[in-house]
Amino acid sequence: MTRISMTVDGVRYDDDVEPRTLLVHHLRNRLGKVGTVVGCDTSNCGSCTVLLSGRSVKSCSLLAVQADGVDITTVEGLAGRDGELHPVQLAFHESHALQCGFCTPGMIMAAVDLLTENPDPSDTEIREGLEGNLCRCTGYQNIVRAVHAAATSMRTSVPSTPEAAGAPAPSMGEEVTT
Amino acid sequence: MTVTEDRAGREVGRDRRRKEDARLITGRTMWTDNVSLPGMLHLAILRSPMSHARIDGIDASAARSMPGVVDVITGRDVADVQGSLPCAWTVTPDMAHPDHPPLAVDEVRFAGEPVAVVAARDHATALDALEAIEVAYEPLPAVMDIEDALADGSPLVHQSLGTNKSFTWAFDSAEEGTGGDAAAAIDAADVVVRRRYVQQRVIPAFMEPRSVVVDPTPDQITVWSSTQVPHFVRFFLAAVLGTPEHKIRVIAPDVGGGFGGKLQITAEEFISFLVAQRLRKPVKYTESRSEAMLSAHHGRDMIQDVDVAADRDGTVTALRVRLLANMGGYLRLLTPATPLLGRYMYNGIYKFPAHRFECTGVFTTTTPTDAYRGAGRPEATFAIERVMDDLAAELGMDPVELRRRNWIERDEFPFTTVTGLTYDSGDYAAATDKAMGLLGYDELRREQAERRAAGDRVQLGIGVSTYTEMCGLAPSRWLGSLGYAAGGWESAIVRMLPTGKVEVLTGTSPHGQGHETAWSQIVADQLGVPFEDIEVMHGDTRTSHKGLDTYGSRSLAVGGYALVEACKRVVEKARPMAAHLLECDPADLEFVDGSYRVKGTPGASKSITECALAIFAAHDLPDGVEPYLDADASYDPVDFSFPHGTHLCAAEVDTETGQVRLRSYVAVDDIGKVVNPLIVEGQVHGGVAQGIAQALFEEAIYDEDGNLMTGTFVEYTIPSSADLPDIVTDRTETPAPGHPLGAKGVGEAGTIASTPAVVNAVVDALRPYGVTDVRMPCTPERVWQAIRNGGGRP
Repeated sequence: MTRISMTVDGVRYDDDVEPRTLLVHHLRNRLGKVGTVVGCDTSNCGSCTVLLSGRSVKSCSLLAVQADGVDITTVEGLAGRDGELHPVQLAFHESHALQCGFCTPGMIMAAVDLLTENPDPSDTEIREGLEGNLCRCTGYQNIVRAVHAAATSMRTSVPSTPEAAGAPAPSMGEEVTT
Repeated sequence: MTVTEDRAGREVGRDRRRKEDARLITGRTMWTDNVSLPGMLHLAILRSPMSHARIDGIDASAARSMPGVVDVITGRDVADVQGSLPCAWTVTPDMAHPDHPPLAVDEVRFAGEPVAVVAARDHATALDALEAIEVAYEPLPAVMDIEDALADGSPLVHQSLGTNKSFTWAFDSAEEGTGGDAAAAIDAADVVVRRRYVQQRVIPAFMEPRSVVVDPTPDQITVWSSTQVPHFVRFFLAAVLGTPEHKIRVIAPDVGGGFGGKLQITAEEFISFLVAQRLRKPVKYTESRSEAMLSAHHGRDMIQDVDVAADRDGTVTALRVRLLANMGGYLRLLTPATPLLGRYMYNGIYKFPAHRFECTGVFTTTTPTDAYRGAGRPEATFAIERVMDDLAAELGMDPVELRRRNWIERDEFPFTTVTGLTYDSGDYAAATDKAMGLLGYDELRREQAERRAAGDRVQLGIGVSTYTEMCGLAPSRWLGSLGYAAGGWESAIVRMLPTGKVEVLTGTSPHGQGHETAWSQIVADQLGVPFEDIEVMHGDTRTSHKGLDTYGSRSLAVGGYALVEACKRVVEKARPMAAHLLECDPADLEFVDGSYRVKGTPGASKSITECALAIFAAHDLPDGVEPYLDADASYDPVDFSFPHGTHLCAAEVDTETGQVRLRSYVAVDDIGKVVNPLIVEGQVHGGVAQGIAQALFEEAIYDEDGNLMTGTFVEYTIPSSADLPDIVTDRTETPAPGHPLGAKGVGEAGTIASTPAVVNAVVDALRPYGVTDVRMPCTPERVWQAIRNGGGRP
């Protein structure tokens, strides 16, 4: 067993882990962060994507011990403490960018990172930027649409960190009709 | 006048954002693998590494003695109690239907078949223990090719059957009296086009790997499963394993996609149930992706020999289809029926006067096949739409023109086809004209001609697919007449709580389709209550006990009908209460916008929510009114519904590298009236993407020994966002006659339509190069080979 310490969604956790434990299994099985899911065993699908020190990483592709001392954000920690959704979460809802929703946590986290790096991506840049996250339901079309919408929303609110990116936005109860 | 007409245009038809999203975008989802119970054991399954072998013995003693291992169970340990995984459809009386033990006992017949299960304190320990189990296999010959399997002297998958044939099912329009003699018509025809198309084996590849949790309390056994069909699972666990049905509760919590791949009664469900019962402990089994690729059923895998006959002017005179369908090693829930679900659709939208169809199901030592999005209809649509393009090329006609000459005209509905089905409604010309306008068909044809004339390296192809499909599975009488074990009805329960809020229980079991949202829209209109005041529950046999689940684009077409009926019953049930409160005759009331109004007396009204409270209080109930405002309804469809549409694809093909680029894709679908256009559009996007995936990217490949070479997402290449085009969607609207919402179905339409549209585009680009077909998936290598085989540059 190895002693590790990490901050996940703003809470510090100190744990003894088997060195072979994958980060995603540590998050799910030890820390109860079951919002992050496992969709494959070859690091292809991206369902387990989280932010590690602000950058997206497939949490099945590193060991928990490798994340010792780092700051992790999962989809569960993306909304503000008052439940205010992150612009990417809201955009996924507004653009109908999810169906079964299994890839969604990873897709949202990858999109957050994409927009951190490129606040105004083109269609092609979005499609290539999210290439590592597979979705079987949407054909990606509304995901691309959602990332554009989130980009527009975030450029007007200028967040400094992903955690702080929860710009004022309508709650899910307030319907926007088209 | 119906209640529906009164309410038309409020919630139904509106782009409501989904209720489901709130939990899905915040990580608060209840996937089966998220279920954790006190004392729960974790299971791992040892799977056969061989495609065909006799099991001479299993030594699990070392595994059993490992720390943290509670038990190891082999097929032999449970041989007397594990039963056989069910096949629910006996397609011919003489269909060969061998037993399929959940844990193999004496023999394995596909790589990945379960042979033992470990129960341990945690998942890692269970996986470690698998390594310590010794299985003595005696290899038997693999049987991989469908045609070889039928040849005399072929090794047998099931020795006791004496053959690898499961069944042959035939239909002849002359014999059935639905049309003429196809063979004679083909002999007499001006033009006959004969083609062999191959439907490669594909894998549904739902994103959530399957998971099952079983909690055997002394009172009841609760099963959580990542399934499309919780009601089926409960029925078959009871019927096969003998546990009384009322002692089993099955819950499909949030389910991460299915596409038919979770329309199954799985070995893993049975194994987990048996282990939990045996150990009297809660257990969880969650598969890895690699296990899912091996063990969850595959789709398609057919050889299609198609002959179409026509007059010189393009009028079709006969269609003959012979299918060889790969069943895999065993028959699963709907394995034999899957190729046959398409048997009525090979004639497509065309007026064929004569038709013959024959399908033979063949065992091989591969993962069993079963339903995959469209289940038989995509294969049928592919064959007819491909061969119509090939016929058009043979006749020198534009492929759209050939279709126009032969399709059923709008004023000919209802139309009884040569297969005996009656198509309800449609307007093929309207959808096609709209699609051609959106694509810019005529301009693209001009560009194509220019590129051909110039001998451009990158050639342009335009693919046409004008499809119809049968959905709304299904009339129970029809299913029964064809040897299916169950019915096709659906149910809904609607209850208005004392405070006027509404709970809806549906027998459908969504896994991404947005029923919580769409059903709320329907109920909001029917009862005149706010969308937000409605809670839709599903996927739990304890609460929504009546139902037949979600597949075959049936949920709205069948379940939506039941839902409307249940709402109407609620409205009628409260009417005497309203009349009592208003001191009038019930017949003098009209129900508008959630209130009963006295006709001709403005201002005299009672809302249905007021009635709900009064009925609940029950202080002053009129005679005959029960003290709760709820109702249920079931609906058994009288016939299928037939959505249709036209999909057009423009593809650029690099004739030197074989690379295909989809330049534009237009989908115009006619699915009747639409409850939520946003959800419908999403269904079309996803369906089209899966159809494109079959056309261009995906194939499950075995080596000659029966090893699955595409067993992970590294080798099995489901498309990413970078691989797919922007899809232009639009609709035409021909309401479904006889349905209170006018709705047809949309879940599978995109997949059915898109595969032939894409392949037709690729072939169309390459016709000057002598290419008449490209085997799917149309990879650069295959396209390049097809160009070489066709004779190269014109």
